[in-house]
Formats: sequence, structure tokens, C-alpha cells
Amino acid sequence: MKPAAFSYHAPRTVDEALALLRNYGDEGKLLAGGQSLVPTMNFRLAQPTALIDLNGIDELFFIREDNDELRCGAMTRQREVERNGVVKRIAPLLHETMPHIAHAQIRNRGTIGGSLAHADPAAELPAVAVALDAQMYVRSVTDARWVAARDFYVGLFATAMLPEEMLVEVAFPQSRSGSGWAFEEVARQHGNYAMCGAAAVVGLDGKGAVENARLVYFSVGEGPVVADQAAALLVGEQPNAEAIRAAADTAASQDIDPVGDIHAGPAYRRHLAGVLGERVLTRACERAAGAEGQ
Amino acid sequence: MDQTISVTVNGRSFERSVEPRLLLSDFLRHELGLTGTHVGCEHGVCGACTVLLDGVAVRSCLLFAVQTDGRDVATVEGLAGGPQALHPLQHGFWEKHGLQCGFCTPGILMSLVPFLEENPDPTEEEIRELLSGNICRCTGYQKIVEAVQLGARLIQEKSA
Ligand SMILES: Cc1cc2nc3c(=O)[nH]c(=O)nc-3n(C[C@H](O)[C@H](O)[C@H](O)COP(=O)(O)OP(=O)(O)OC[C@H]3O[C@@H](n4cnc5c(N)ncnc54)[C@H](O)[C@@H]3O)c2cc1C
Ligand code: FES
Ligand code: FES
Repeated sequence: MKPAAFSYHAPRTVDEALALLRNYGDEGKLLAGGQSLVPTMNFRLAQPTALIDLNGIDELFFIREDNDELRCGAMTRQREVERNGVVKRIAPLLHETMPHIAHAQIRNRGTIGGSLAHADPAAELPAVAVALDAQMYVRSVTDARWVAARDFYVGLFATAMLPEEMLVEVAFPQSRSGSGWAFEEVARQHGNYAMCGAAAVVGLDGKGAVENARLVYFSVGEGPVVADQAAALLVGEQPNAEAIRAAADTAASQDIDPVGDIHAGPAYRRHLAGVLGERVLTRACERAAGAEGQ
Repeated sequence: MDQTISVTVNGRSFERSVEPRLLLSDFLRHELGLTGTHVGCEHGVCGACTVLLDGVAVRSCLLFAVQTDGRDVATVEGLAGGPQALHPLQHGFWEKHGLQCGFCTPGILMSLVPFLEENPDPTEEEIRELLSGNICRCTGYQKIVEAVQLGARLIQEKSA
């Protein structure tokens, strides 16, 4: 058999799952969609002694609107997020991103919480969560806390969660009026992990100048990379082609420090970051201007 | 420690005692003898092992058999009514030479059945996007696309 032996637990509530997690500590693993965890178990790169299956916990499957926020339970399937009308209305950037994650057959099973918790540097959702200022609701047997997406990602496949903690829910603030957004990535084949991707959110002031901007990359660092210098250049400027190009150039040359792998070298990744940065900022600014004019 | 599961596969119920680490793909092939579900990469990439879990296309190499307790699984063996009664989609693959070695075919068929139920008249682009989740080393995909287009038409004619 491919994976090493483990004991299997199928809790029905979050409280039960948290108790099991505390019991097993580092030896236990939560099983969400299994679309990242099971491959690593099949390779025996991961050999947990206990699997705590979250698929039977009904309270973790939901999408709802709450105080102008989008709330998603950790076990909500990626396919459901992709197709849900509330997601499209409140968090259009998230909606636009979903079809880029893997293939339909993977999204049928993969979950939003699993992807956010897995913290793969090439994954779309962590970068989009940072771009949108999402908040992660994390619980353990003794504690419950909200962590801002930007503080949640602390390194390669690493999050601010402790071993006995689990991600229960994620909240995305409503897309503000007068703000625009865009997502782009380049992958060798549709559904493959991207060689570089970018998400942007831009807000304009009454005079059409950039009031706030956030540009976040993935697949060019150890986790989502926020292009702060690029954003600082853009704020206060009129969003014309020249200003956007200068910002994207700064992002590609200063804000990121990509390493190479078999799919793309660092120079090519920088090149992609410049091109994609320019595209997403342009489209985000256009959408923001369009929203202003309405 | 083994766990007892009861699962419905292609309409028949089975009760078996399994080790938790037994993958659904191996359960289907080795325990139930349903070798139509193929195993290529065993890490989710190739799509050869795709089956339906409660009607939804999923990778059987990324599920444990214990997770299917009380659930409904459909494999390629359940598609045809018999050797003389191919599913219209299978008929499309036959007519249009949508396969050469056939290793990828079961996973492609099982991905397509729910896809065509939701989207009975897909564009070529939509078909190609769906097929991105299944690797075929032989055909170059062109014949598969044609087979899907014919299969979609045959399904519609049958239900008309
Ligand atoms: C062929 C293929 C292509 C793919 N392509 C892409 C792609 O292009 N982009 C992309 O982003 N992803 C891709 N994926 C990965 C996919 O999106 C996974 O679904 C996702 O990374 C993990 O989600 P999951 O629900 O499957 O989690 P699992 O695999 O079950 O879990 C992943 C990790 O997160 C932990 N975990 C899960 N849920 C929680 C929780 N609630 N709290 C704390 N920890 C938790 C688990 O213990 C495990 O360590 C691909 C996968 C495959 C097989
Ligand atoms: S064997 Fe399951 S996807 Fe390749
Ligand atoms: S027909 Fe041989 S792999 Fe597709």
C-alpha cells in the first residue's frame, strides 16, 4: 500500500476534532479535501500516525453573508466557492480566481480551508486572501482567535497556526465601492500550478488618483509576496500607463526575489511578474474608475 | 486496525473490512475486482483513476476507502448496459477513435458524464478545459474532443 499506516478518526463536531488534534499533537494530521495531503502520504513524505477527517463535520461547510462580509467555513469545497453567487457579489476577485486552481475534478474535493492552511507558495488562495485582507478564524481546545491573512503566512508551507490549532472559518470583507480588482497567472497548462501569478486591489479617490493599492504575487517566494514598494509608488498618482508600468517594474525588480525550479528560472519569473503586475494593476484601475463613474 | 465499511458501487452494496490506509482506487481494483478504474500516477495528476462519489467526479487515488462508508460510488463498469449497449458517450469514443491504448479512457469518461449532464452542449474550449484534468499519452486529444462532441450529441438525441 502506498501510504504508511495510521489510525483514522471521523469526528462529527469541531470540538471533537480539536480534542483529537490536541491528543495527537504533531503526530496527527487534519484531512480536508486530501488533494495536497494524500499525494504527500502516497509518496510517504508525510507519515502521520493519526488522520482526523473533517469531511463529516457539517458545521464547517457553509458560505454566508454577515455584516457585509463573506464568511466561508473551512471545509467549503473549492468548486462550491467558484459557483456561489454570494461569493461573486461580495468578493469578485475570489470568484475570478477559483477556476485557475487545479482542475474541476480536484476542486470538487479540495477545500478553501485546506488550501489556505497548506500555504503552498504556488497556490492562488493565500495570495488572494492577503490581497483582500481576509481574516482567518483559528481555534484550539483552549483558544480562539482571528488572524489577518498577512500575518497568517510566515514562510514556506508555514502558517501562524500552532500544531493544536485548526482553521475553522475565513472572512472576506466586501469589495469596497470605488475599488477595482484583477487576477492573472501564467501556467504551462490550464490547471497546473502557476509559474507566477498576481492579484491586485486598487481604490481611487474622488479625483481619480490612487488612494490605496495592493499587489500580491504567488509562486515567486516562500508564500504570498506583497509588493509594498510598488504600491507606495502608485498611491497618490493618476493611474496612467506610465505610473502603472513604473510600479510593476519596481515590483518585479525590488519587491520579489524569486528562485528557479524546473518550471521557470528566476529571470523568467521576474519577467512574468512585471508583465502580470502591469496587467492586473491596469485592469484593477479600470474597474475602479468604472465603479466610480456609476 | 481494520474498519468495516458499507458502500454502494454501481448500484450494488458491498460490506468489507479495510485498513484505513487503503486507497479507494486499490479498494475498487483489488477488493472488488473492478479493474476498469486505472491507476497512473497515484498523486492526483493524471486523472486515470477518476470515479464518481455521490455523482461528483473525484480522484479515487486521493480518497481512502474508509471515507466512502455509506456513500455511492460509480465506476466505468457501470456505464454500459452490456457489450451491445454502450453508453452514448462510449459510442462517441468508439466511432471517433477517441482512444488508442485506452489507459486514460475510464477516467475521461467518468469526468465527462457529470460534465455533460450539467453542460449538454459544451464549446470546444470548455471540453478542452475539462480535459486538462486528464492526461492522455496517445491521442493528442484531437480525437477525444471529437468523440466528446459526438457523445454529447448522441446523449441529447437519446433523451429527446
Ligand atoms: C493535480 C493537482 C493540481 C493542483 N493544482 C493546484 C493549483 O493550481 N493551485 C492550488 O492552489 N492548488 C492546487 N492543487 C492543490 C489543491 O488546491 C488542494 O485542494 C489544496 O492545496 C489543499 O486543500 P485540501 O482541502 O485538499 O486539503 P488537504 O490536502 O486535506 O490538506 C492540506 C494540508 O492542510 C491541512 N489542513 C487542512 N484543513 C485544515 C484546517 N481546517 N485547519 C488546519 N489545517 C488544515 C492538512 O492537515 C494538510 O496538512 C492541486 C492538486 C492536485 C492534486
Ligand atoms: S492515478 Fe489518480 S490521478 Fe493519476
Ligand atoms: S489512449 Fe493511451 S493514454 Fe489515452
